Amino acid sequence: MAKVIVDGIPVEVPNGSSVLQACEAAGKEIPRFCYHDKLSVAGNCRMCMVEITGARKPLVSSCSHPVMEGMHVTTDSETIRTARRSTMELLLINHPLDCPICDQGGECDLQDQAVGYGRDCSRYTDEKRAVVDKYMGPLIRTVMTRCIQCTRCIRFTNEIAGTAELGGIYRGTSLEITPFIEQSLVSELSGNLIDVCPVGALTSKPTAFHYRSWELKNTDSIDVVDAVGTNIMLQIRGNEVMRVLPRKNDDVNEEWLSDKGRFSLDGLKRRRLDRPWIKKNGKLVEASWTETIQYVADKLKTVAADRIGAIAGDLCDAESMLALKHLVNGLGSANTDCRQDNAYYDISERGNYVFNSSIAGIEDADALLVIGSFPRQEAPVLNARIRKRWLSLTEQFPIAYIGELPDDPTYKIDHLGESPELINELLAGNHAFVDILKNAKRPMIILGHGALIRPDSKVIFEKTMALANAIGAVSEDWNGFNILHHAASRVAGLDLGFIPQGQGKDVAAMINGGVDVLWMLGADEVDISTLSPECFVIYQGHHGERAASRADVILPGATYTEKSGTYVNTEGRVQRSFRAICPPGEAKEEWSVICSIGQALAVEQPYQNLETLRQYMTEVNPVFAQCGLVKNSVAVSVGDGAQGNFEKQPLTAVISDYFLTNSISRASLTMNECSKLRYAPSAEAAE
Amino acid sequence: MSEKSMNIQPAEFTFDQESEQQIEKILAKYPAARKASAVISLLYVVQNQMNRETKSAWVPKVAMSVVAKRLEISPVRVFEVATFYTMFNLEPIGQYHLQVCGTTPCWLRGSDDIVTACKNATGIKEFGQTSDDGMFTLSEVECLGACANAPILQVDHDYYEDMTAESTTKLIDLLRQGNKPAHGSMIDRFNSAPIGKKFSQNTEAKDVK
Amino acid sequence: MLSDKDRIYLNLHGQDDWKLAGARRRGDWDNTKDILALGRETVIKTVIDSGLRGRGGAGFSTGLKWSFMPKNEGPLPHYLVINGDESEPGTCKDREVMRHEPHKIVEGALLASFAIGAHTAYIYIRGEYYNEANRLQVAIDEAYEAGLIGKNACGSGWDFDFYIHRGAGAYICGEETAQLESLEGKKGQPRLKPPFPAGKGLYGCPTTINNVESISVTPTILRRGSAWFAGIGRPNNTGPKLMAISGHVNTPCVFEEALGLPIKDVIEKHGGGVRGGWDNLLAVIPGGTSMPMLNKETCESTLFDFDGLRDAGSGLGTACMVVMDKSTDIIRAVTLLSKFYKHESCGQCTPCREGSIWVLKVMQRMTEGRAEIEEIDMLMDVTKNIENTTICAMGMSVAWPVQALIRNFRPVMEQRIMDYKKSRGGASQIQVPGDAAIGSF
Ligand SMILES: Cc1cc2nc3c(=O)[nH]c(=O)nc-3n(C[C@H](O)[C@H](O)[C@H](O)COP(=O)(O)O)c2cc1C
Ligand code: SF4
Ligand code: FES
Repeated sequence: MAKVIVDGIPVEVPNGSSVLQACEAAGKEIPRFCYHDKLSVAGNCRMCMVEITGARKPLVSSCSHPVMEGMHVTTDSETIRTARRSTMELLLINHPLDCPICDQGGECDLQDQAVGYGRDCSRYTDEKRAVVDKYMGPLIRTVMTRCIQCTRCIRFTNEIAGTAELGGIYRGTSLEITPFIEQSLVSELSGNLIDVCPVGALTSKPTAFHYRSWELKNTDSIDVVDAVGTNIMLQIRGNEVMRVLPRKNDDVNEEWLSDKGRFSLDGLKRRRLDRPWIKKNGKLVEASWTETIQYVADKLKTVAADRIGAIAGDLCDAESMLALKHLVNGLGSANTDCRQDNAYYDISERGNYVFNSSIAGIEDADALLVIGSFPRQEAPVLNARIRKRWLSLTEQFPIAYIGELPDDPTYKIDHLGESPELINELLAGNHAFVDILKNAKRPMIILGHGALIRPDSKVIFEKTMALANAIGAVSEDWNGFNILHHAASRVAGLDLGFIPQGQGKDVAAMINGGVDVLWMLGADEVDISTLSPECFVIYQGHHGERAASRADVILPGATYTEKSGTYVNTEGRVQRSFRAICPPGEAKEEWSVICSIGQALAVEQPYQNLETLRQYMTEVNPVFAQCGLVKNSVAVSVGDGAQGNFEKQPLTAVISDYFLTNSISRASLTMNECSKLRYAPSAEAAE
Repeated sequence: MSEKSMNIQPAEFTFDQESEQQIEKILAKYPAARKASAVISLLYVVQNQMNRETKSAWVPKVAMSVVAKRLEISPVRVFEVATFYTMFNLEPIGQYHLQVCGTTPCWLRGSDDIVTACKNATGIKEFGQTSDDGMFTLSEVECLGACANAPILQVDHDYYEDMTAESTTKLIDLLRQGNKPAHGSMIDRFNSAPIGKKFSQNTEAKDVK
Repeated sequence: MLSDKDRIYLNLHGQDDWKLAGARRRGDWDNTKDILALGRETVIKTVIDSGLRGRGGAGFSTGLKWSFMPKNEGPLPHYLVINGDESEPGTCKDREVMRHEPHKIVEGALLASFAIGAHTAYIYIRGEYYNEANRLQVAIDEAYEAGLIGKNACGSGWDFDFYIHRGAGAYICGEETAQLESLEGKKGQPRLKPPFPAGKGLYGCPTTINNVESISVTPTILRRGSAWFAGIGRPNNTGPKLMAISGHVNTPCVFEEALGLPIKDVIEKHGGGVRGGWDNLLAVIPGGTSMPMLNKETCESTLFDFDGLRDAGSGLGTACMVVMDKSTDIIRAVTLLSKFYKHESCGQCTPCREGSIWVLKVMQRMTEGRAEIEEIDMLMDVTKNIENTTICAMGMSVAWPVQALIRNFRPVMEQRIMDYKKSRGGASQIQVPGDAAIGSF
């Protein structure tokens, strides 16, 4: 720690901190443009000047200047103010004064600082520079004349995204930010450029001119497009989500959000189920809630309990899953499953199905083996954490992958191959990488769903766990065995026991004639083509897709933005989102509809409202009592399957189209356009 | 990069035998993990190969990707370098690249006349243009670091020093005939020694002739 | 006045053989092994004692700079980088060393590398010096061939490799940290300091950067002793120095001379006098065009060395002067410099990127007179701001020529503006707003 005196206030900051950080610790606000606390220091805007008493050159850029023991810093003096005013003036001479038509207006760093340091009128009378706009795909709109060359965007793509797509070409006053070829950016994190850019040079293209920042109201929420549990803020105008922004949470997403999480919002408004429907004479007709609830209850009364089944989809909130499980169990059925992909899990310990190292814990790891997973697409924000660890200079971070590589992982890896047989080789110590893992102090294994949805998943799982134990990945103070989920609802589903128990049937069994009534709670990813025509389907969800058109009754539901819900991320972190807007038409939160049906069936229910439902949830599993915290069980058991044999086929990636993985993103025009450009690039025409 | 250059960009670029030999030597200068250091040199290799192949020394955009691949860096990093340094031509140029220094020391000694002479002799109207016959491209460059021999006209790699309008016209005529004279001072002067002397020192000052 | 026996560069103009045989005849590579046998400490001490100040512009003690390198070789290799970028307008001295005395560079590189514990040195040569780089390459090849460098250089037991790295047209790569970036294959944009190169330089390793001249004089200093070198010039301003005179003199040239002579003597002796006689002198830019210009009166009283010029409010810089006689449009002369610095700004930091073009635009109008009198003060104010806030010293290069113009020639500027207004019908004529007739960069 170093003691520094800032404007007479003594503060202590870690060695190697910058003067800017010391000033912040002292509660002083330092204006800045190029500095971003998650990016490397560029020190190029020269706005953050402060004075160091006694230095040979007292005026320094605080963001780049390291602190020294006993240093005296002044953050406000005539010299400093002159310097900042001058920088401001220079930044503005070539900046267009188009704030009234700029989407950054109201939240622009330049605009804000101009209030503090700007002159009332410009001394610059010559012509302003104009810069040609660049095409960066359907997500980012560019107005490059507004660019202040802070290079945050370049540093973001180099450092965080790992795609090194942007550069600054030419020099001096002609310096321009550009991609190498004008095509869609390839990063799944590109939307963060909009947040990172301090001015209106990079803004959101799909929502250009749709709103002004000051019209928006904020609601805290949790992103559901993957299982990272990215903390987000929904920005609302009227009853519409206008913008999704990441909320800072260093344990989960730092300040990043995936493109799918940010840009599928137009899918929230399209193809929605907004009223109940009942199939009569082979045709869906509109119905009232009262009628529909009675209709479902009557149907359920007519079938044998063990012929009732329920499947929960990937976007479900824990409340709805619990309510449905309680109802189905209450009717006497054990047929509940939240694994639309038929994944194999050992749920004997919670540590067997979560990401035990925690996302932030990746930064402590010193070797990584990824099996059957491609985090860049399954969890882009988590992948950024792996990259961050890989980039950190302090220690090496060797990474190996087993499984198909659909793209560049964004860091250097040792690609061992695609066959699960490699796990045996590692176990037998026949592979060089096993020594790296063994020598590591905190090795990590990430087991993904590419490995968990196969006929030999149990074998893979148990052998991987044996490997984890063999390399010392699980100890008192470190748990390096990790399951990477990509379905937002999955861990909560497992925590709640929304999987077949006892004689209960799983998804495959239910679909293949195991049930007469199938309740599909947002289950949009199950293939129901083989479902018998006699099977009565209750579809409860928000988007009208395949399952809805097959349904005998439709219970319109709420998207994650329209309800208050609990989600558990891949780490096992319980998080809560709040209702930002109302569901369209007559659509309703799923749990409340289930509750009404339960009442109609006179099933005893220990809850009447959200509060008591959540109370009940903590009784079902106490992990739900603690929001925000990860509760990991340390122990990881090894089952007997470690003796089994692997299938021949290689481990394949689970996501084939990053942009279209759920009903919301499939309904999104933006996501469809991105998908087309990424996967059928010939369709792309530069603007 | 102008609209025009987008149309003349070749579809591909591959290093030829001669370039490959040069690349091998270049890469040997830097630690293996620091291959990126060779980016400027490789862009020169590209530009020279283009000159061999097309009689126009320039760096097409595809070649930047080829260089990036060879050095294991992102193509945009090569693009940055190719545009930052002024000696890389991003569009085709004439067979001879006439580069007149217009910085103060050359200007004080008449670089304006050299520019006029170049324009008159080649028919070029503005800096950056290529003559109709494709023989010459005229550029204005900043200080070439030979100010004691100002004004300077650089033709490709070579400095022609102590230029006058007449010597410029004559030089361009010779070039047009494919007759490149020896570079150096174009007046009766020994390199950068004071005119009429072989040394600038007093004690042993000797006359050149 | 430097006597011939004290000259270091005996082949400055290429009158003799520049290759190894000629160099050996002139004393280069003479008992280099014995010098190396003195050990690191002695070599550094000799260079410190000689008073040699960096010849690249800043004038920092070369020996002291070497002593900043870590004493022992750690896990990271050390590097020597020789700065042969020579792009400061008016400056053309290192070119002569590269093409006519290349062995002095190779030998100096070996000695300096040994002194700082480096086994590898790079020389960064500006791209335009194509023929010069080729010459030096021949000298390097000769030295390898003769066992003077390479494994067990000169039989000293010290392994030493020396490579040429060519630039490609960017003045800023003369700035030492920009040079390192360029060497690493990036755009030449200066780094933030700290960290300083002696701690974290090329490839993040301890690195010393020295000018071509600083390096190439060290073999002679080590042969002839620090006292000999320190005995030339004034204390703190010691040694012979390469100099150049360009512009309005009768015999522009590059030459070697002792530091500390009156500017007037230097111009008369080497430049053959100002064109049209001393009284025709308007101004002199003393050491590369970043250094503030001096008017005739100052030139008469100022000694041509580091302290002399500092006291005159300017600087020795590279000791390559530009002389301007009374026929010079001094405003245009400075505008062309503004154009140069704008063209060469790397674009990284705000004050230089935005300031250099603003200054140029105003200066272009000033040249025509199409400006307001108040803009002269504004120009002064703007340049003062640029000077203090940039990442590297280029901010000063943008600012100082203009400031010196205003200080020395304000009446000329005012007159130009008044004349312009008069020619357009009166003193209250509003200026015509800026035009776009500035090149692409
Ligand atoms: C904009 C700028 C350009 C420079 N150009 C050169 C140059 O061309 N050659 C040079 O030797 N030093 C140049 N320098 C000085 C170097 O940064 C550095 O101080 C010098 O190479 C150190 O060598 P020395 O200690 O031997 O003088 C330049 C500095 C700046 C700020
Ligand atoms: S586009 Fe935005 S983030 Fe990128 S350099 Fe310009 S102002 Fe900075
Ligand atoms: S914030 Fe420090 S220089 Fe930009």
